[in-house]
Amino acid sequence: MEAGAVTVGQEPSLVERIREEAGRHPARTALVILGLIVLVMIASKGLHDVAQRGLNGLSTGSIYALGAVGLTLVYGILKLVNFAHGDFLTFGAYMAYLVSVTWGLPLIVAIFWAMAMTAALGIFLEKVMWGPMRAKGAGMLQLLLMSIGLALVIRYGIQYVWGTELRQLDVNRTTTVEFLGLSIGRTQLIVIIVGFAVLIATGLMLRYTLLGKRMRALSDNLELAETAGIDTSRVILWTWVFAAGFAGLAGVLAAAITQVQPELGFELLLPIFAAVVMGGIGNAYGALAGGIVLGLVIEWSTLFIDSRWKTTIGFVVLILVLIIRPQGIFGRAKTV
Amino acid sequence: MLELLASPPVAITLDAFTDIDFWTSVGILAGIYTIFALGLQLNVGFTGIQNFGQAAFMAIGAYAMAILVVDHGVNFWLSLPIAILITIAFGLLVGLPSLRLRADYFAIATIAAAEAIRLFALNARELTGGAQGTFGFGDEWDSVSETIEGWIQDIGWTEVPRLFPLLLVVWVVAVVLMFALSRMQGTPWGRVLRAIREDEDAARALGKNAFSYKLQSLAIAATLGALSGFFLALNLKFVVPDEFLPIVTFIGYAVLVMGGLANYWGVAIGAIILWTVLEGMRLVDLPLAGEKIAALRFIVVGMVLILLMAFRPQGIFGKREEMVLGD
Repeated sequence: MEAGAVTVGQEPSLVERIREEAGRHPARTALVILGLIVLVMIASKGLHDVAQRGLNGLSTGSIYALGAVGLTLVYGILKLVNFAHGDFLTFGAYMAYLVSVTWGLPLIVAIFWAMAMTAALGIFLEKVMWGPMRAKGAGMLQLLLMSIGLALVIRYGIQYVWGTELRQLDVNRTTTVEFLGLSIGRTQLIVIIVGFAVLIATGLMLRYTLLGKRMRALSDNLELAETAGIDTSRVILWTWVFAAGFAGLAGVLAAAITQVQPELGFELLLPIFAAVVMGGIGNAYGALAGGIVLGLVIEWSTLFIDSRWKTTIGFVVLILVLIIRPQGIFGRAKTV
Repeated sequence: MLELLASPPVAITLDAFTDIDFWTSVGILAGIYTIFALGLQLNVGFTGIQNFGQAAFMAIGAYAMAILVVDHGVNFWLSLPIAILITIAFGLLVGLPSLRLRADYFAIATIAAAEAIRLFALNARELTGGAQGTFGFGDEWDSVSETIEGWIQDIGWTEVPRLFPLLLVVWVVAVVLMFALSRMQGTPWGRVLRAIREDEDAARALGKNAFSYKLQSLAIAATLGALSGFFLALNLKFVVPDEFLPIVTFIGYAVLVMGGLANYWGVAIGAIILWTVLEGMRLVDLPLAGEKIAALRFIVVGMVLILLMAFRPQGIFGKREEMVLGD
């Protein structure tokens, strides 16, 4: 019997009915709660401030979402909690730095180069590490610790080559765009546009292409997908291409609005995990939505508390989601 | 090739390895990380709960002691048990909701809790001193240290390194703990923990309250984390947030898997090997910038984790039949 089931001869109270409805449509409930929070915020702080912070939230949110969609696919399909995912972002940022600043090529070339190189890194690691380890039947903690080791090797390998110095991509940091009384940095706006364009394309790809459907099938149940005749090893390789490629892109976008430094990705890793958990592990759409919502929540939190607590909010959200609804807002209740 | 041998581009000196101060500092760090990783061993190796927030216990122990002594004038010796109780309380606070989660969610929840604590320490400047940290809690310990130094000099060793008394105390505590934990593992209580690790449902079917046992395991790990935090604070003479980055827990895991799972004495051996290598790299006169050497040290930690997990997941001294990573 489901929680909140009605016993015969007794009218369910309003609270019970709401709870039951909420349990059936978690995503809608989350949307309603978010909407209520926004209304309360507008009422107390004014539309302008809420919209302005929201705009900032969208740029960090799209970076979280890009990072989260790859992490969640890898997590869902390969049962790999990849702590090195954050350092893929860092790797992408440094690849872009290398091409655009050191070699002097246009930034757009650098972005594609960063995505390609990070994707190549993902495939390389799958071939030499993750594939062989899966073949050995390695356990969850074993793979988790390997990914932590890998994270350290990538991060400090980067620090070995480039040092801890803060570097900057050659982007316009001064021009702001004004509209509807709001202002936003031009680069930030580009980050939002690029982020959302890629996120929508990803959503469509997962929904309508054969590869996307296969990826979701693998994420749902790898053995069953294999039995259904899906060439799983090919889909796994493509998963890495997307996961690492998007991580590379997210790294470049993050570097464009902050700085290039070896801790760049690791600092984003836990918020990205929060987005993944919020969306339900393995659920790519959930991760996309989770990333955006988290970006908004973190920025909106600065309306009420000092912005130095911003990073902490990400962890608090993560812990709260884990406690209240560990299967995520969009996840189904399984054993968690 | 011959030319290279004939004229090495730079000389690599190993003088540091004959220096007693070097071995004292390695020994202290190895001792601190032994105590730290004993908590991980109890959780991961003997209970099967994947605690990735051990650095938070270390941080809370160290900060609670420092703040009690410096800001509230509490006696140093009294501050230690209070700090342990505070750390246990935090462990229960984290464990109560999150121990019901699946292993991977628990790992993420604990690392997030640890980062939340570190960021709290960094931002709650009024309480913790922020990035500058808290200091000035070491007077009581200094007098103890001098007393011990006096005893050693009485035996006839006159040139006692300044930190030698700390080394002595750290290792006495570490050995006592290893002994006590090993003994506890043989008790019915210890056997229940292992039963939970092997098959939680089976343990529950036998009427054991698995959740309560896991919580106890976490509380003891919190105590061990707090103890390691005290020694870390005494060794540094200050407490700053940067000492409690997630990498501290990761180094603890490297120590753990080097020594082998489900083996308390292996933890000490793992800690000694790892810290000899890490501190040795700092002192060997490599022709590299400090930044690069610092990076190399962590690359070593990463490689230790990757290679051990790939080729010897039970660790150097672990028992294959007790390996808890493969499943």
